[in-house]
Amino acid sequence: MFEIVSKEMLSPAICRMKIHAPRLAASAQPGQFLIVIPEDHGERIPLTISDYDREEGTVTIVTQRIGVSTGEICSLNEGDSFSDVAGPLGQPSEFVGMDRKELAEARYIFIGGGVGTAPVYPQVKYLHSLGVPVDVIIGAKTSELIIYREQMKAVCDNLYICTDDGSEGFHGMVTGLLETLVIEDGKKYTQAVAIGPMIMMKFASLTAKSLGLPIIVSLNTLMVDGTGMCGACRVTVGGKTRFACVEGPEFDGYEVDFDEAMRRQGMYRTQEHEAEVEYEHECRLGKTVINGRTE
Amino acid sequence: MANRIPRVPVREQDPKVRATNFEEVCYGYDGNEAMLEATRCLHCKNPRCVSACPVNVSIPEFIAAVAAGNFADAASVIARDSSLPAVCGRVCPQETQCEGSCVLGVKSEPVAIGKLERFVADWSMKNGKKDVEKAPSNGHKVAIVGSGPSGLACATDLARLGYDVTIFEALHKAGGVLEYGIPEFRLPKERVVAAEIGEVRKLGVKIETDVVVGRTVTVDSLLDKEGFSAVFIGSGAGLPRFMNIPGENLNGVFSANEFLTRNNLMKAYRHDYLTPVYTGRKVVVVGGGNVAMDAARTALRLGAETTIVYRRTENELPARREEVHHAKEEGIEFRMLTNPVEILGDEKGWVRGIRCIRMELGEPDESGRRSPVPVPGSEFEIETDSVIMALGTSPNPLIARTTSGLETNRRGCIVADDNGVTSRPGVFAGGDAVTGAATVILAMGAGRKAAAAIDSYIRGQE
Repeated sequence: MFEIVSKEMLSPAICRMKIHAPRLAASAQPGQFLIVIPEDHGERIPLTISDYDREEGTVTIVTQRIGVSTGEICSLNEGDSFSDVAGPLGQPSEFVGMDRKELAEARYIFIGGGVGTAPVYPQVKYLHSLGVPVDVIIGAKTSELIIYREQMKAVCDNLYICTDDGSEGFHGMVTGLLETLVIEDGKKYTQAVAIGPMIMMKFASLTAKSLGLPIIVSLNTLMVDGTGMCGACRVTVGGKTRFACVEGPEFDGYEVDFDEAMRRQGMYRTQEHEAEVEYEHECRLGKTVINGRTE
Repeated sequence: MANRIPRVPVREQDPKVRATNFEEVCYGYDGNEAMLEATRCLHCKNPRCVSACPVNVSIPEFIAAVAAGNFADAASVIARDSSLPAVCGRVCPQETQCEGSCVLGVKSEPVAIGKLERFVADWSMKNGKKDVEKAPSNGHKVAIVGSGPSGLACATDLARLGYDVTIFEALHKAGGVLEYGIPEFRLPKERVVAAEIGEVRKLGVKIETDVVVGRTVTVDSLLDKEGFSAVFIGSGAGLPRFMNIPGENLNGVFSANEFLTRNNLMKAYRHDYLTPVYTGRKVVVVGGGNVAMDAARTALRLGAETTIVYRRTENELPARREEVHHAKEEGIEFRMLTNPVEILGDEKGWVRGIRCIRMELGEPDESGRRSPVPVPGSEFEIETDSVIMALGTSPNPLIARTTSGLETNRRGCIVADDNGVTSRPGVFAGGDAVTGAATVILAMGAGRKAAAAIDSYIRGQE
């Protein structure tokens, strides 16, 4: 059992939890993910690691309530336990293990969409600690859904907010803000990293490509085991089938077949909806369902 | 010989009924049936069945005890050599091992060794197992990677020798392929798998789930930081193969591993679990091994009309004969000498059919089997809603990549000798991780040999 050491709500539907998992915390790196099972009969849910503390022996996850399983995660409280937490899984981000010299010329721009902002944080923190200049764009539907505002500010050079409804920061999409920064403000970046809903990563990649900016994306595909056994996570990258769980989750955004990835992500949508109806019927829970990344 | 009684038939669930449920197909013998069947053994001077068994169970000896009604004694005889008799009695390919070498089989039917083993194991679980003798603790720690058949067999032997054994399992449940791969209707999870693993735990073996060796910890860190004297790698062959034909990433195409894991480990077939699974109305399973049979029979039980396509003929099907027989009885269609060339999708990216080509058998290949060659111009389509690829699996490269000095071959298998000795001192390996996908019993045999090698390695270090 893995105890929830602390829990806080970052927005009405997004919660952050710190979980006691010492082995995992000791080996986690930016870019990796883990798998949680909220309770005995639950699904194995892949979530990107949002932070880790080796001394405390804890890992942090951020989850948005969008279905039955993510709802189960969010309904757990401080002092409760997950029946299982396994990881870290997948490859660490490309820059992990590079030294200051190799990163001397690097200037990163991170793009976090919705709850995808959370896994951006450990990467920014890591690069910041090496003295690499890092800017961050956080995008969400509306100001209320912007998460990690203060934490991110503390570890990046410039933080830019954008909202679909203009309630905070730039009025528009992350792609529009990225273009503005590069074209109008003349910002120079050597590498972009986008984490968020698949559709956002698709358009962020197209925009980055038009700007001649290399971009890494972190794919949140379907998975069962997360260790290479099932192949549910297969994605086409550069015309080749790759397993996101062991070869990813991060890939070159130019090369990813996002349309296929989005189609595959929706494979069980009808059944998930049915499960939700059944679950709500049984539990009589009033739940908010917000579309977005299953983080 | 002519006066001998025929092989005692085993009771099974009616095919029509069992095609709609996940309960065990075979009911097994009762005491009287087992005793009667046991009288058929000739007690050969040189029992070929024993040498044909990968763990060399003293078959005539346990059968004699069954015939005399001493079931507890029979259990003790088996326990000397096998830690998972209730599993092996159910899933071993007896027709190519013990029963395949039974002298009775020459003129009539071999002794039902598998069914007798299963009876003894089930009887013994129900009537209380005797505690197995165990040496006092010797203070040495051994780590085992993977809680499948090879790891469990290795752990059992080492624990009996007095070692402090910890098994690290990547998934959330112990058992490896017994848990995620083989379906409930062939190998009940609670009553058989969990019960046998419980016996292993009783010997003092610790099982840590949710530890992915190669990620959470490494073989190096177990040896260097956690004080283990040796590591046995029994991580199996978990990576699914695909055909690399067009349409393989359409919605509705699954590896057998995914399909079976969703059903077996994640219990998608049960309403009290949240796991989703998709079959559609019609399913095509590609492949001819046990995994293909398991996937097809699972799909059938979920309500799909199911077809198996295989590129060779029925004679070459690598599956256990009993599984093929059961699959046919349950109404699965077999299309032999058929090989997929493309999976066809609809406008939304879901499977709508599979295009296949007819094959014929040509010259024997390196495995001695006649290799199938396509018949030009014979392509045709089968309408289907989903396709399950059961083409075999290969070892996960994760452990080899993260362990210094561990040699692998070009197929990604860990290089180890017959005793499980690898290129890295203190690191042993066995089972599918070494051989590529094989059987439960071969993996157990490898685990036992490695246990003996680990024991002599650690003694040699003292």
